[in-house]
Amino acid sequence: MRNLSLSTLGPLAALILLIVLGAFLNANFLSAGNITNVLARSAFIGMIAVGMTFVITSGGIDLSVGSMAAFIAGMMILAMNAMIPALGIGLPLVLAGMGVAILVGLAAGFANGFLITKVGIEPFIVTLGTMGIFRSLVTWIANGGTLSLDFEARQFYRPVYYDGIFGIAWPIIVFAIVAVLGEVVMRHTRFGRYTEAIGSNDKVARYSVVKVERIRLLTYVFLGLLVGLATILYVPRLGSASGSTGLLWELEAIAAVIIGGTALKGGSGRVWGTVVGVLILSLIDNILNLADLVSPYLNGAIQGVIIVLAVVLQRGKSTAEGR
Amino acid sequence: MTAPVLALADVRKSFGPIEVLHGIDFALHPGEVHALIGENGAGKSTMMKILGGFLQPTAGKVLFEGVPASWRSGVEAEARGVVVIHQEFNLAADLTVAQNVWLGREKGRFFLDHAAMRADTQGLLDQLECRVSPDARIRDLAVSDRQMVEIAKALSRNARVLIMDEPSAVLTSHEVEVLFRQIERLRANGVALLYTSHRLDEVDRLADRITVLRDGAVVRRALRGELTEDGMATAMVGRDLTDIFPPRRTEFGPVGLEIADFSVPPLVQGVSLALRRGEVLGISGLVGAGRTELAEGLVGLRPHIGTIRRDGRAVRIRSVAEAASHGIAYLTEDRKERGLLLDKTLRENLTLSTLDRFGWPLLSPAREEAALTQAIADFDIRAPRREMATGNLSGGNQQKVLLAKTMLAAPQVVIVDEPTRGIDIGTKSQIYHFIDRLAREGLSVIVISSDMPEILGLSDQVLVMRQGRVAGVLEGDRITETAVVRLVMGTSGEGAADPGPPDTDAANPGHSRPADGGPGNKGRAGPAEKAGEDA
Repeated sequence: MRNLSLSTLGPLAALILLIVLGAFLNANFLSAGNITNVLARSAFIGMIAVGMTFVITSGGIDLSVGSMAAFIAGMMILAMNAMIPALGIGLPLVLAGMGVAILVGLAAGFANGFLITKVGIEPFIVTLGTMGIFRSLVTWIANGGTLSLDFEARQFYRPVYYDGIFGIAWPIIVFAIVAVLGEVVMRHTRFGRYTEAIGSNDKVARYSVVKVERIRLLTYVFLGLLVGLATILYVPRLGSASGSTGLLWELEAIAAVIIGGTALKGGSGRVWGTVVGVLILSLIDNILNLADLVSPYLNGAIQGVIIVLAVVLQRGKSTAEGR
Repeated sequence: MTAPVLALADVRKSFGPIEVLHGIDFALHPGEVHALIGENGAGKSTMMKILGGFLQPTAGKVLFEGVPASWRSGVEAEARGVVVIHQEFNLAADLTVAQNVWLGREKGRFFLDHAAMRADTQGLLDQLECRVSPDARIRDLAVSDRQMVEIAKALSRNARVLIMDEPSAVLTSHEVEVLFRQIERLRANGVALLYTSHRLDEVDRLADRITVLRDGAVVRRALRGELTEDGMATAMVGRDLTDIFPPRRTEFGPVGLEIADFSVPPLVQGVSLALRRGEVLGISGLVGAGRTELAEGLVGLRPHIGTIRRDGRAVRIRSVAEAASHGIAYLTEDRKERGLLLDKTLRENLTLSTLDRFGWPLLSPAREEAALTQAIADFDIRAPRREMATGNLSGGNQQKVLLAKTMLAAPQVVIVDEPTRGIDIGTKSQIYHFIDRLAREGLSVIVISSDMPEILGLSDQVLVMRQGRVAGVLEGDRITETAVVRLVMGTSGEGAADPGPPDTDAANPGHSRPADGGPGNKGRAGPAEKAGEDA
């Protein structure tokens, strides 16, 4: 799509407006420290939201990603702690932990996708179920408390969240790569085209020689992979996981996707929009914390208004287009 | 002459910069059936939407009983007695028939009066000779029955103006008869009826007044008997239609597709056929005879048993992908729900089933655009803009896109299911010539159609299905309308299904005393259960 419509520019305009507003309200807003802070915090939800864009575009939904992140974090920490005697503190341990996170993420995504496509249960129901299962498993393994990474391992692993190259933190770099790849995959590959086709009308896709079940399954596996990746970058931040890790991430990710202009009913995915949506959500949070204008406690309310407004604006656009 | 109940005065309508109706004057009189005919894209739908209050004219007036109509929506118009039956039905699929009929005007004060609504619905359905139960869910009904429910709903509203957009397109001949009786009854009661159809014989039979629309303007007005069917077609197209059908092919290659003892349980039983290269096989039969199911079985969309041979080699087909790999492609009858992504562009639709040829890992937009340019040229697709949503094309152009999409896979066997349903005569003829071109290029083509002239005009071989089985195969000179109709209806020639004069009744085999009056031709489950009876 080379022609930029209101619906693509709308979220972008809102983002620019927020940046101007932020700069106006607080001199610190545009400081390197604050920008890094905002972007690094956005990165986790951002990566998950990119994956969620594919799932929603194919006509599905995944409510389990927040719990899945907690579960992956828990598994990763357990695995790393267990491997310290064998591998010692060092790069092999971290790489092994990352491998575990990716594998658990792929497996969890596959479990969701399998139940949805092969067993034929509604995505909402399946992921509502696994949402409870994943979170409860973490709580159970942690015995109601917190799973902590070994202190020395944590010290070694820490730079993955706090360091970077050329002054840009790793989470931001990885998020940027994921976003670019996501956009390319959605826009320029068969997988992306099929995802949109299935969300637009899965019967048409089936009659058009598209392997509908496989593509659907893959969207969940892809999302699982990205949740794993996000967890890899999240664990070094706190070095622990508990029953409340990643709480409500699924809703933030879905909100970002919707604000970005992807239709909840599927059929049209905008990865760039999702990135903009994630940034809008974290900027609102950040501005409220920096400025005394409105109580930060109203963060949720303002985000809620933005979500509803985004959908209203998109609907206005689609009725104008349909003759 | 009575005063018109509903009229348009110099109505213009533009969508964006494009004007699609150019100053229409039109009057609808009580107690008359008024047929509105024209090619796809002539502006019929827009005009009907304006009459029904769903669209507002850009300029000009809608007059109701001589004064400018006050409504601003279809709902308000309906409250005044102007009811539209849309081509895409306006029924809630999960509600029952009775609930749909009374939707928005439920009986009862505090609690719903289920009994009264049920009884009244039953009365309306009886009047329409429709056998569905008021408690049946719309989802479970055949398309033709849904149409009847729509009509029942309109009747329940005491419509003064009834606007019907191609009501007969999805009905079997028996149901069409019932519909016509209802139309005549409504006319006698002083209802004004506006009716569109691509079946010109119906128009000739029903209409008191005919308005012909071409390119957004009225090009001809006529009273009953003033226009022959040929005259109507000529007025619609604006030129003489001498060769609707292409000339016969005479040279055929070796057998390209052969199936033996092929069943798609429980709907299709023991079908065998052989099709040469360069040959067109027409499959005729009633709606529900198992034709579509046979085709879907052949391309792996439904599980089947039996053998399939391609160029003499036995092949297994368990999925559409496998069918495609053996060069078999299927063009669905349901282009809106199964054929095309209506909200996607032409390009995305065109290349969807052959996307693996357009680059890996990244798709090549240039190659896709080139394919679209080629398809637009090859199939004469008339799209105002290349980047438009496919659903905004006229039906005929959508069908051309679907044909182009199917042919992009370069199949050797093509099954086209109802290729011209709801399409104007000019585009129909084009599609016939496309099909002929494919056959001449050496493809084996199967045409499934309920349109008798189409079967007769295109086929080198006709296979008739009845209740899931082959009722007979006709070839060469034996392909006559009488012979096909006899097989379709299952009569053995004692005159029970007199097809009538061959030319005028061509599209409507066996109007009278049809043998299909029973439940056998309704719903998709019927045929299989009755398959044994006269097979």
